[in-house]
Amino acid sequence: MSQPSRLESDLITPITRFSPGFFAVIGCLLVVIAVAAYAWLHQLVFGLGMTGLNRPVFWGIYITNFVFFIGISHAGTLISAILRLCRAEWRRPITRMAEAITVLVLFIGAGNILMDLGRPDRALNVLLHPNFRSPLLWDVTSITTYLTASTLYLYLPLIPDLALLRDRVPKRRWFYRLLALGWTGTPRQQHWLEVAISIMAVLVIPIAITVHTVVSWVFAMTVQPMWHSTIFGPYFVVGAIFSGIAALIIAMAVIRKAYRLEAYLKPIHFNNLAVLLLVMACCWFYFTFAEYLTTFYGNEPDEMQVFWSKITGPYAPYFWTMVACCFVVPVPILALRKGRSIPGTVIASVLVLIGMWLERFLIVVPSLINPRLPYRGGIYHPTWVEGAITAGAFAMFLLFYCIFAKLFPVIAIWEIREGQERGIPETVERLKTYLPTEGPAGAAQPATERWGVWR
Amino acid sequence: MVIDLDKCTGCQACMVACWTENNQPLPDPTMHREGRVIEWMKVLPVQEGEYPAVRQRLLPIPCQHCEDPPCTAVCPVFATYKNPEGLVAQIYPRCIGCRYCVNACPYTCKFFNWSAPQWPGQMAAMHNPDVSVRPRGVTEKCSFCHHRLQQAKERAAREGRPLREGDYVPACMQACPAQAIRFGDLEDPKSAVSAERHNPRRFLLQEELGTKPKVTYLSEA
Repeated sequence: MSQPSRLESDLITPITRFSPGFFAVIGCLLVVIAVAAYAWLHQLVFGLGMTGLNRPVFWGIYITNFVFFIGISHAGTLISAILRLCRAEWRRPITRMAEAITVLVLFIGAGNILMDLGRPDRALNVLLHPNFRSPLLWDVTSITTYLTASTLYLYLPLIPDLALLRDRVPKRRWFYRLLALGWTGTPRQQHWLEVAISIMAVLVIPIAITVHTVVSWVFAMTVQPMWHSTIFGPYFVVGAIFSGIAALIIAMAVIRKAYRLEAYLKPIHFNNLAVLLLVMACCWFYFTFAEYLTTFYGNEPDEMQVFWSKITGPYAPYFWTMVACCFVVPVPILALRKGRSIPGTVIASVLVLIGMWLERFLIVVPSLINPRLPYRGGIYHPTWVEGAITAGAFAMFLLFYCIFAKLFPVIAIWEIREGQERGIPETVERLKTYLPTEGPAGAAQPATERWGVWR
Repeated sequence: MVIDLDKCTGCQACMVACWTENNQPLPDPTMHREGRVIEWMKVLPVQEGEYPAVRQRLLPIPCQHCEDPPCTAVCPVFATYKNPEGLVAQIYPRCIGCRYCVNACPYTCKFFNWSAPQWPGQMAAMHNPDVSVRPRGVTEKCSFCHHRLQQAKERAAREGRPLREGDYVPACMQACPAQAIRFGDLEDPKSAVSAERHNPRRFLLQEELGTKPKVTYLSEA
């Protein structure tokens, strides 16, 4: 066994060393989760009457959370897969963090549906009596597929690091040995791993897009005012990627501080992600604008009722906060080079997350408050049960993430090493193929010219 | 079902009949405040026109039993479906309580049991034995008194004759003192409800949505 390099010690030490701060964080999270568990028990015993839901507001913040968390899950897989396929070299230290968010947050999203069911004990009826005409069943199908694919996509690039941990961390050797699947790093193994990762990277993109499209279709397939919209699919996907990037930036900033990874997560990574976030902010604004302008111009009475309740009515404070948080404030921050510093991007990301949660809320609730027939308008005030369970959902996600970060390296060690050893010369070579070759006129072009170094 | 609004006095006898017939929990002020009243049959006041020519119309609304129901398509477990008799039915023991069908209904005619149903004092002993009491956490709605159809069918079979007009009427129609509600087989061209098919006073609720409701309204205005 060779002496551990600086790279290895930088990334493995935080896994094996437990500071009091770590236990304090875990303790706080467990307290929040315990309160949420009590609230859930309360809801199980007394029914959904414990929530603020009523007729006609049959869906509230559980469904909002569901859409929000499934959106966050687009952080990982999609961003990491796209960057991998584009061979963006700066992706190397961030892919794993992103992929971990995806897998872990999916459980939280699906869990919120369970909280929302009147009869969670019968949840498995969706397998016993599936109605494939129901968009909810499309959801079940696509989220299960996505969970499987993104877990695989998280696991595959973990294998070489698991083998490394097996050799370096004696305390949990059995665990890593089990997961490393006998990886020794032979060229044959490396070849097949690369093939598998490339296949998964390609597969995971359409799956990710389907997932959030189908989530939007849960709403868009009904005839309810301001739900029945053809652009809901892409609108939700854009919002998902938008909030996903924001969540990733916050996770990076926290881990950078907690694990002292300043040398790995550099300002340039934040800067590049901030540019992506800026692009998504503009896309989000475009879709929102298109959606609301079409509604306004159509002037259909039932739709206008919902429309005005958001623009000037009881939901106006939420609506304009959303616009400020998703677009008005973050865009100037992200557009300026100075604003794309680490604190700048983190502030913008926090705002975006708040704004995107509100966006989901504004899609779910105002449409329900204003039903088509002129019933006495509904009201919706979430209760402490819903608040506690929502806080618990966030805490549960953070707990999962903390545990993940203590079991596995949050930055792919082998990918960084590969970047240092192979990435740099390869990028230079690749760059050369983009440009006209030096040399005598009419000389034969090398074969690599046509394909690049596609791997 | 045909509801003649020109005859309806808004007395709400249909609602009371429905509550007792179908074992719905009786609403109290708390349920009202929380917006959790279950009323399969409800009388909705609708304002029409602008001041000074304001008119209030009272609209009794049961489940519309759509020919193309938006609610049955979205149910993930077939707990709500259109049965062979053409009625939109509910299977309470299968419902997972996701409330998707409730949100998909453009008439807001479906109800959810937010808590376990309760009846004050001895009321609980007065349940209609033909209708199941729904547990907490499931969706329910007007069934057109489906249990009465089953009884009528059994009676007809016992007497060895086909089902006749008037063998089966829902509780709301039976209770209506103004006889504003009529009920019959839409597939039978000679039935009373089929006769109203060409009535110029006829209209459907939100016909433009294409749900093809089986409840027809009659009104002069």
